[in-house]
Amino acid sequence: MTGSRHQASLLTSAVVLSLTLAACSSGSSTSPAGGASAKPHAGGHLTFALGSDPICVDPHQAATNDAVYAARGLVDSLTDQDSATGRIAPWLATSWEVSPDASAFTFHLRDGATFSDGTPVDAQSVKANFDAVVKLGAKSIFGSGYLSGYRSTEVIDAHTAKVTFDHPNAQFLQATSTTTLGLLAPASLKRSAESLCAGPLTGSGPFTLDSYTPGRSVELSRRANYTGGSALWRHTGPAYLDKITFKVVPESGVRTGSLESGQVDAIAGVAPQDEAGLTSQGEKLLSRSNPGVPVALSVNAGRPQSGDIAVRRALEVAVDRKEVVDTVLSSSYHPATSSLSSTTDDYQDNAKLLAYDPAAAGRILDAAGWRAGPDGTRAKNGVKLDLKVILAPNFGPNQSVLELIQQQLKKVGIGVTLKVLTIADYQLAQKSGDYDLAWGNGTRADPDILRTAFSSKLLNLSRIQDPRLESLLDAQASAADPAKRAGIVATAQRRVLEQAYQIPVFEMTSVFALSTKVHDITLGSSSQAQFHDAWLS
Amino acid sequence: MRTYLLRRLLQAVFVLWAAYTVSFGVLYLLPSDPATIMAAGGGDASTVTQEQTDALRHSYGLDQPVAQQYGTRLLDAVHGDLGRSVQNGVPVTHLLSRALPTTVQLAASAMLLALVLGSALALAASWTRRGWLRQLLLSLPSLGVSAPTFWVGLVLVQLFSFHWRVFPAFGDEGFAALVLPSVTLALPGAALIAQVLAKSLRTALAEPYVQTALAKGASRRRVLFGHAVRNASIPPLTLIGIMAGNVLAGAVVVETVFARAGVGRETAAAVTAQDIPVVQGVVILGAVTFVLTTLAVDLIHPLLDPRITTTTTRPAVRA
Repeated sequence: MTGSRHQASLLTSAVVLSLTLAACSSGSSTSPAGGASAKPHAGGHLTFALGSDPICVDPHQAATNDAVYAARGLVDSLTDQDSATGRIAPWLATSWEVSPDASAFTFHLRDGATFSDGTPVDAQSVKANFDAVVKLGAKSIFGSGYLSGYRSTEVIDAHTAKVTFDHPNAQFLQATSTTTLGLLAPASLKRSAESLCAGPLTGSGPFTLDSYTPGRSVELSRRANYTGGSALWRHTGPAYLDKITFKVVPESGVRTGSLESGQVDAIAGVAPQDEAGLTSQGEKLLSRSNPGVPVALSVNAGRPQSGDIAVRRALEVAVDRKEVVDTVLSSSYHPATSSLSSTTDDYQDNAKLLAYDPAAAGRILDAAGWRAGPDGTRAKNGVKLDLKVILAPNFGPNQSVLELIQQQLKKVGIGVTLKVLTIADYQLAQKSGDYDLAWGNGTRADPDILRTAFSSKLLNLSRIQDPRLESLLDAQASAADPAKRAGIVATAQRRVLEQAYQIPVFEMTSVFALSTKVHDITLGSSSQAQFHDAWLS
Repeated sequence: MRTYLLRRLLQAVFVLWAAYTVSFGVLYLLPSDPATIMAAGGGDASTVTQEQTDALRHSYGLDQPVAQQYGTRLLDAVHGDLGRSVQNGVPVTHLLSRALPTTVQLAASAMLLALVLGSALALAASWTRRGWLRQLLLSLPSLGVSAPTFWVGLVLVQLFSFHWRVFPAFGDEGFAALVLPSVTLALPGAALIAQVLAKSLRTALAEPYVQTALAKGASRRRVLFGHAVRNASIPPLTLIGIMAGNVLAGAVVVETVFARAGVGRETAAAVTAQDIPVVQGVVILGAVTFVLTTLAVDLIHPLLDPRITTTTTRPAVRA
C-alpha cells in the first residue's frame, strides 16, 4: 500500500512538473499579495490538509504528528518550550521548582485560567490529568514514557501542585510542555478513552473541538472567552482564526495540487520532490528539523560485522550525507551532525566525527583486517562484509536514500542488502535481532531520547552493554541543574558517535506549504504546527 | 424456486463462515499483533513498556487462546456484534455503517458508468461498417484494462481539478466530488464489459437466426438491438457479479487518491494496523456483497434467456 503510494507521488510530481512548465511558458506570473502592510486581524476560516487520519484527537492519546496538529490548539500545557533555545517558558504555570535529584516538581498555576466549560484550571485538575494519563497506559504512547515512575500529584493548595516520581526524571519538565500532557477539563476525564478519541472533549486551549469525522475532517472553533496563553506567543487572549478545518488527504500529490489550485490554504507532509514545484508556484514553505534522534542506521552490536567497532567507525565516515540530502531530499533537510538532531535541547555539533572521508574508512577497515575480496567486497576470516539493513516505508524517500548509501558504501568495499519490511515486520525483525543495521529515527525535544534509544533498560536499539554510556544517561536523568545536564548530554552524544552505535544520516524534517494569504503558523519545539497566532489576509 | 433459494441461502451462510474463518486464521497466524504495532507508535521510538503492552493486549482479549478468541468472536458475530476497532475502540458495525454509504455511492455510480460506457463501446464497434474505426474502438478496452487505477485517478485529478478546476480533488460531499472517482473506478470495468460484450456480439451476429432475421427483412438496427444484444448479454452480466468484487478492491486505491472516507480507506488502515476486528468486518461485508450480487445475477439470467433455468434438480420427466 505505502509502496504504491510513494510511486504515485513520484508520478504526480512528474505531472505537476509538466503542468507547471506549461503554466510558465504561457507567461502567467503571480505576484505575492503585498504582505508588508497587512497586520494580524481576527476572523477567517483556515483549511489545512493532513496526510493521515488523526485516528484519535484526544491530546493525551494523539499518537501521530497529524493528530498532534489537530489536537494542539485544544489544550494549554503547564509550560511551553522555546523552539529556538530549548528554554522552558511559563504557560499555565507561572513558575516551578525542581527538587535537586529531579524527582519532584512543584508547579504554581496562573490565576484565572479556565477550561472551555468555565471550570477553573486548578491544582486538582492538574492531578486529575496526570492520573488519567497514567491510567491510559499504552493508549498514551508518549505519556507512558513521560510519566514513567509516576508516584502521585499532591494538591498543596488551589494553585500549587507537586508531582513526584519514584526515580529521578529530569525530562518531565520538558514533557509538561507537550500536547500529550496538556490539560483537559475534569468532566472530560471521566469519560472512556475510546469516547474521548472521537470527541466531544473539553480542553483549556484557545480552540474548541466542533467535530471529528474519522477519515474525513476535524473542525475547530475559536474560543472567544480564552484569556492568557504561553509566554512565547506573539499575542495573548483569543486566537485570530474563527475556524480551522483539517481535511484528511492521504495522497501527497493531491495535497500539493489542492494547495496550488486553492482548494486548501495549507498542507502538511510535503514530499521532497514536490517542494520545488510549490515554491515556483509562489507558495510558502515552512519547515523545521524534528528534534530527537536523527534518521540513522542503528547498529546491531551483537552481530560479527556490525559488532566490530572498526566497521562501525568506517560506516560513519563512508556515508556522504551531503550527497544524500542534495540528491534524494531537498534544501529543507539537513545532514546529521550528531547523535541528536540540531533542534534537540542540549544538542552539540559533532560534525567533525562524521565528516565524509572514504579514504579514512578504507584505512580503518584495512587496519582491522577487513580485506577486499575478488568482487570488491571486503572479508575477514571468511566472514563477508555484507550488511543486512532493515527499513520500513514510513517515510517516502527511505528506499531511495538507502539505495544511494548502498552505492556510497560499495566504493569502500562494504556490501549492503536492503530489506524493505512492513512496520509490523520491521518491529519483529528488530525484536529478533535478524539484521546488522536498522533504519529509523525518534522524535523528542528533550535529550532524554538518548536514554530511550540506548539504555539497556529501555529500547536499546543497538543491543549494547556500555556501562559508561549507561551511567551518563542515568546522570542526565537526575540532573536538575540545566547547565550540568547539558554537559553530561554532550558527553553522552559524543560517546554514541565515538563507539559508532548508530550512523546518523539526516535530520527528519516536518515540511508544510502555505498559500500566500496564510500568516504566522508557528512550529513548536517538537516541530508541531501551532495556530494561535495564525491569521489570514 | 423455493428449494433453489433455500440452497443458495445455505451456500451463502457457508461462504460467510468460510470467509470469516479463513481471514481470522490468516490474521492470527501473522507473527505480529495489533497491541505491539500500536505500542510502537508507527515506527517512532516509543517508551511503552512490556507490561503496558500486555495490559493493552488483555483489554482487547488478544491474550486469550486462539480457539477461545475464535469462538467468542464468531458467536458475537452471529449476534451482529463484530467487536471493536483496536485502533480507537469504535464498534466495527458502527465504523462500517459510517463508511458504507460513501463506498456504496461510489461503487454504484462506477458500476452504472462501466455498464453504460462498456456497452456503448461494444455496440458502436459492432454497428460501424468502417473497419479502421472498429479496430480503433476495439483496441480501447485493452488500454483501459492495462492503465493502473491510481495513475488514471491522478491524471484525471491533475487535469480536471488542478488545471481546469471543474471538480474538487478530494472529499465525499456532493455530486461534484463523486465524478472523478467514479470515472476512475469505472474505466477498468467498462473496458472489461466492452471486451466481453463485443466478443459475444460477434458470436451472436454470426448465428443462423441473424441471417434468417435479415432475410425476412429486419433492419440492421432491429437485428442488433432486438435479437443479438439479448443473447449476447449473458456473459457480460455474469461479469457484473465479479466486478462487484473488483470495485470494492479498486475502492481501496480510489478512496485513498480522492480522500474519501469509505470502506476502502478503512480497509487499508485496518490492514496496516493489523486491526483484526475491522479487517474481519470488511471481509464479511465483502462476502455479503459478493453473495448478493451473484444471486441477483443468477436470478436475472432466466429472464434474459428462458433456456437457462434456476431449478437444476428438476425431474427430467414429469409424471
